[in-house]
Amino acid sequence: MTECRKWNVEHLQTLLDVLNAQGYCIYGPQLRSDAVVYGEIDAIEQLPAGWHDQQSAGSYRMDSDGDPQLFGYALGPQSWRKYLQPPRERLWSAKTNTDTQAITVSESKPAGKKMAFLGIRACEVHAIDIQDDVFLNGTIQDNRYAARRENLFLVAVNCGHVVSTCFCTSMGEGPKVDAGFDLCLTEVYKNGEHFFAVAAASDCGRSVLQVCGSAKLSESDKRLVTKVERDARLAVEQNVQLNTEGIEQLFYNASDSEYWQELADRCLSCANCTMVCPSCFCSNTTDSGDVSGRKFERWQQWDSCFSADFSYLHGGSVRASTASRYRQWLSHKLASWQQQFGRSGCVGCGRCVSWCPVGIDLRAEVQALRLRSHNADD
Amino acid sequence: MDWQSRIVTAIPTAMDTKPKLAVWKFASCDGCQLSLLDCEDELLAVAQQLDIAHFSEASSQVSEGPFDLSLVEGSVSTPDDLERIQKVRQQSRFLVSIGACASAGGIQALRNYADISDYISVVYASPSYISTLKTSTPISQHVKVDFELRGCPIDKHQLLHVIQTYLQGRRPQISSDSVCVDCKRNQIPCLMVSQQQACLGPITHAGCDALCPRFNRACFGCFGPKNNCNTRSLTAWLQSEQALSKPELTRLLHTFNSDSFVEPEYAEE
Ligand code: SF4
Ligand code: SF4
Ligand code: SF4
Ligand code: SF4
Ligand code: SF4
Repeated sequence: MTECRKWNVEHLQTLLDVLNAQGYCIYGPQLRSDAVVYGEIDAIEQLPAGWHDQQSAGSYRMDSDGDPQLFGYALGPQSWRKYLQPPRERLWSAKTNTDTQAITVSESKPAGKKMAFLGIRACEVHAIDIQDDVFLNGTIQDNRYAARRENLFLVAVNCGHVVSTCFCTSMGEGPKVDAGFDLCLTEVYKNGEHFFAVAAASDCGRSVLQVCGSAKLSESDKRLVTKVERDARLAVEQNVQLNTEGIEQLFYNASDSEYWQELADRCLSCANCTMVCPSCFCSNTTDSGDVSGRKFERWQQWDSCFSADFSYLHGGSVRASTASRYRQWLSHKLASWQQQFGRSGCVGCGRCVSWCPVGIDLRAEVQALRLRSHNADD
Repeated sequence: MDWQSRIVTAIPTAMDTKPKLAVWKFASCDGCQLSLLDCEDELLAVAQQLDIAHFSEASSQVSEGPFDLSLVEGSVSTPDDLERIQKVRQQSRFLVSIGACASAGGIQALRNYADISDYISVVYASPSYISTLKTSTPISQHVKVDFELRGCPIDKHQLLHVIQTYLQGRRPQISSDSVCVDCKRNQIPCLMVSQQQACLGPITHAGCDALCPRFNRACFGCFGPKNNCNTRSLTAWLQSEQALSKPELTRLLHTFNSDSFVEPEYAEE
């Protein structure tokens, strides 16, 4: 990694212009209906300046204190997954020729545009790395994912604002982004001074940094940057953590626990947690056609282990109860994922905690499960 | 005959004799039938594939049964309905109930919680002319229903899908998810979590593609309860976190599917 350089706010606009000129479609954070969401951007005025989020189990609030920080929020409801594996996409369509009865099938290919993500956090870079295991690094490659992933340019941002649902430190990455990016920024706003520290970690990143230009960070700048990064780490460490010690065995031993039923009394089996999770990857397909029977389409869409249809084998759902569905979700994410991919499926972003409509917090559930199995051992 | 075995019969017959479609009305507002008329672009294709033999909303010409596919709108709410639904069933090879009235009793099932004679005397000048049942009940309580489409009104895409899969002899792919799943696929920031709106999406059957949340309005459950519907947990949360009172909860649950969201015992206030 090259040495950190200094950018002011104008450099960020230059970055957008340079990426645009290189043919990237840039996605970044913006404020829409009381939340930070990701969308196409080409001007820094579109960024959510001054907006900060407060999050807790089942709750997300935005407020603005008028400061100029562009990345002063932690995480919104959407993950970048929506660009790499869209929530819905047509896989192919087919048409029957009225005269010849010949069927033509056309595959729908991803648009093939180069994408740049601005403002991606450590936990989210980690999540893309986890999804790469699923879609790229296994025996079967998902061509659509691969096409979207190929020219991805990542402008990461180290967190300066942490919310109570963050626990990336438990999961081994964050809040500082260590690898996997092209450029990485730390935003500093102190004593009326507003600047960024910028680092490059790839050839692409280095060349973009060179074109954009930069200045040298002074020693006092560096101290401010270090303070932002250290404060963020301390803030996450002070949050409730997810204790991962011996977690695989904990879950395997608990497969028959009555605890799942107690959870099911609260869980709505609504699937929000899986739908916001940046590492979840399940999808289903549906076939639809027009009434004449001449046109057909196959669509793929995000699915969830909380849905009844998800575990449908001939004649019925294998996981009919909410208890079995919650057990499936959490056991896969935290335990059997390790068997499958050699690491945990959770990056500690806390989205499933904030966006559960009834505030179910996996950190607390794991702790309760531990207590339960501990007592059972006695 | 189930949907699957239709494969054998549908394809050879589709060319020569078109299957006969009938649309029936019971106690309802006509909104669901109108969804069929609302299929402007596809209506012609429907008429090419099916013989629209009985559809009073569209044409006064009605032909005799039996019918291959019957769409039944509305709930059973009068003594006459009780007899008529049996006749409809006898004449129909496939019977699909459409909408919240037909599949759950509809708004008019509010009467199930009151004494119907109190209403009659308030609403009608000569109550003696009124012959009605004490309850409004779904079609499936009276006859065998082959498929139910939910919603107040139904979603026209789902209706077309059911007609299309019927014609092809395959099972309709109608999801049993919660409204939240579609809400998230549309990438809408949850209204419960970010705006403290009281939303029934987590316990409501999908099908509308999260229509209300897409317009920043919480779901009021018009598609009825979803599979594994945990009304107790959601209402407990709304009570404790959004300070909804018991009457407010009752009202929320009893709008469109008054008889199908079963009210739990609420915590004392
Ligand atoms: S399980 Fe929850 S905290 Fe972990 S990555 Fe998924 S959404 Fe984030
Ligand atoms: S979980 Fe960590 S990396 Fe993710 S937003 Fe929170 S502090 Fe940042
Ligand atoms: S844990 Fe929460 S978000 Fe997930 S299915 Fe249960 S109620 Fe829904
Ligand atoms: S707004 Fe309603 S339907 Fe959408 S996710 Fe939230 S609770 Fe579910
Ligand atoms: S969001 Fe809810 S109330 Fe609105 S149309 Fe859909 S099911 Fe009906």
